Amino acid sequence: MKAVAFGQYYPANSFVHRLDPRMKLLFLVAFIVAIFVANNFYGLAACAAVLVFVIAFSRVPFLKVLSAVKGIFFLAIFTGAINVLFHTGEKTYWAGPAVYWNWGIFCVSQEGIVFSVFLILRLLLLVLCSSMLTYTTTPVSLTDGIESILTPLKWVKFPVHALALIMSIALRMIPTLMEETARIKNAQTARGANFESGNLFKRIGAFIPVLIPLLLSAFRRADELSDAMEARCYKGEKRTKYKKLRFSWRDLVAFLVMAAMIAGVALLRVYLGEIL
Amino acid sequence: MTVQELPENAIEMRNVSFSYGQGGFCIQGLNLEVKKGEFLAVLGHNGSGKSTLARLANGILMPDKGEISIFGQVLDDKHLYDLRSRVGVVFQNPDNQTVASVVEDDVAFGAENVGLDREEIGRRIDFALSAVGMQDYRYATVSRLSGGQKQRIAIAGVLALRPDVMILDESTAMLDPKGRREIIDVVSRLNREEGVTVVLITHFVEEALLADRAVVMNRGEIVMRGTPAEIFSRGDELLTYNLTLPRIGIISKRLREGGMSVGDTLDFEKLAEEIARCVS
Repeated sequence: MKAVAFGQYYPANSFVHRLDPRMKLLFLVAFIVAIFVANNFYGLAACAAVLVFVIAFSRVPFLKVLSAVKGIFFLAIFTGAINVLFHTGEKTYWAGPAVYWNWGIFCVSQEGIVFSVFLILRLLLLVLCSSMLTYTTTPVSLTDGIESILTPLKWVKFPVHALALIMSIALRMIPTLMEETARIKNAQTARGANFESGNLFKRIGAFIPVLIPLLLSAFRRADELSDAMEARCYKGEKRTKYKKLRFSWRDLVAFLVMAAMIAGVALLRVYLGEIL
Repeated sequence: MTVQELPENAIEMRNVSFSYGQGGFCIQGLNLEVKKGEFLAVLGHNGSGKSTLARLANGILMPDKGEISIFGQVLDDKHLYDLRSRVGVVFQNPDNQTVASVVEDDVAFGAENVGLDREEIGRRIDFALSAVGMQDYRYATVSRLSGGQKQRIAIAGVLALRPDVMILDESTAMLDPKGRREIIDVVSRLNREEGVTVVLITHFVEEALLADRAVVMNRGEIVMRGTPAEIFSRGDELLTYNLTLPRIGIISKRLREGGMSVGDTLDFEKLAEEIARCVS
């Protein structure tokens, strides 16, 4: 259990790893906007090309990145199937009838098939780009980035700093609580508890004797941690920060790539129109 | 309070009582002085009130009755944060006092809280990590360290505030013998070389041997005071407070009971010499 690096950070010292977490978050948002602005395959291809470059410059192995798609495999199939069945249209993209099959509200049409392929590609690109963010950014620096981006909310009295601290403490507690879960599970197994057999409900039921001690200990930990924080003069205000995020030339490059991507996709949308 | 007294005592508790609500007092009419620069061991069995003592000295808890002064300044709401940065507390469970995932971020936490600038925080991290011998682990993940290392990081986190007094509240209780050794070494070195006043709260009598002075607590009161040698010469009394003698004390006591005329010493070398003298 100790070796589990939570999250899926892939340690390396690449161009993408060294980007400012704020730039990476901004890039992800821009990428999502771009794949929704794209309304034809050329647009998506442009986004995919950018993504391939990002992956290449991150030194994360291609196969590892692709493995992120496993998690949404069924979602993608399901979304595709639903869209094939419900999307109606008369457009034809290749020789043959526009509508292959029709039964009540269901129909399989050429347009439906093309449309679902388009949606699935969009979904894949979305997942791949988001996982690139988590592959190349540690949870800690991601938290720093989110805190920094949210800073303007201080003007409306939003407790940005407290939120960031909560996030980083939560991150820091994950390995501790995982170890604790394993420990309690072992203790209950030694007392004859069975977590492996029975139907779903039985298995969920078997977890209650693990969850309750885990929750109790989490509360006790929270209590002690707050004492320890107070003992180290935490008062929630007038704090300085040791780590300052700084933009570098890399972030400028990333920004230019991002701007080019948005502009390109927008042009492709204007000049080529809907799905070809 | 005379001016002469001020530099003398790091912590001074006068007639302090504290209760957690129902069920009587946890600390009762306690008087304690901790002298500047000394190494004081507070011994006591579970529930003797020794952990409450640590929380009182740092202002996490406020006494119901009596008065606590830190370097002559009465601990009240107004001076709380000033005094807190002078009295650091290291708690029992290293997992429950780490705030950040990365060592340097955690050590920086206290220094950030008091509003130091970045360069100063960086210097404090350097100082604190090398004081506990963990400078090579600056960028390590805290959860991957051993118990003793985690606790050293906790000590470094307190040291980054540059406290004059350091209270260790059962900080060795959850560690293995090696981890305990590490902590005791670090703390006694800090006491000797940096002049940090140390209050070591523990139920391991062995650890009190290094202290300049020791007190024994029982049911919220201090029942024994003296040098470790004085206290351990009263072994039967210690037993009534559910504490035992350290191993060396037990050995010399057994030898005396067996008819060997060895003195009551806590020094292994000295005991060995005396045994050699008796045997020859």
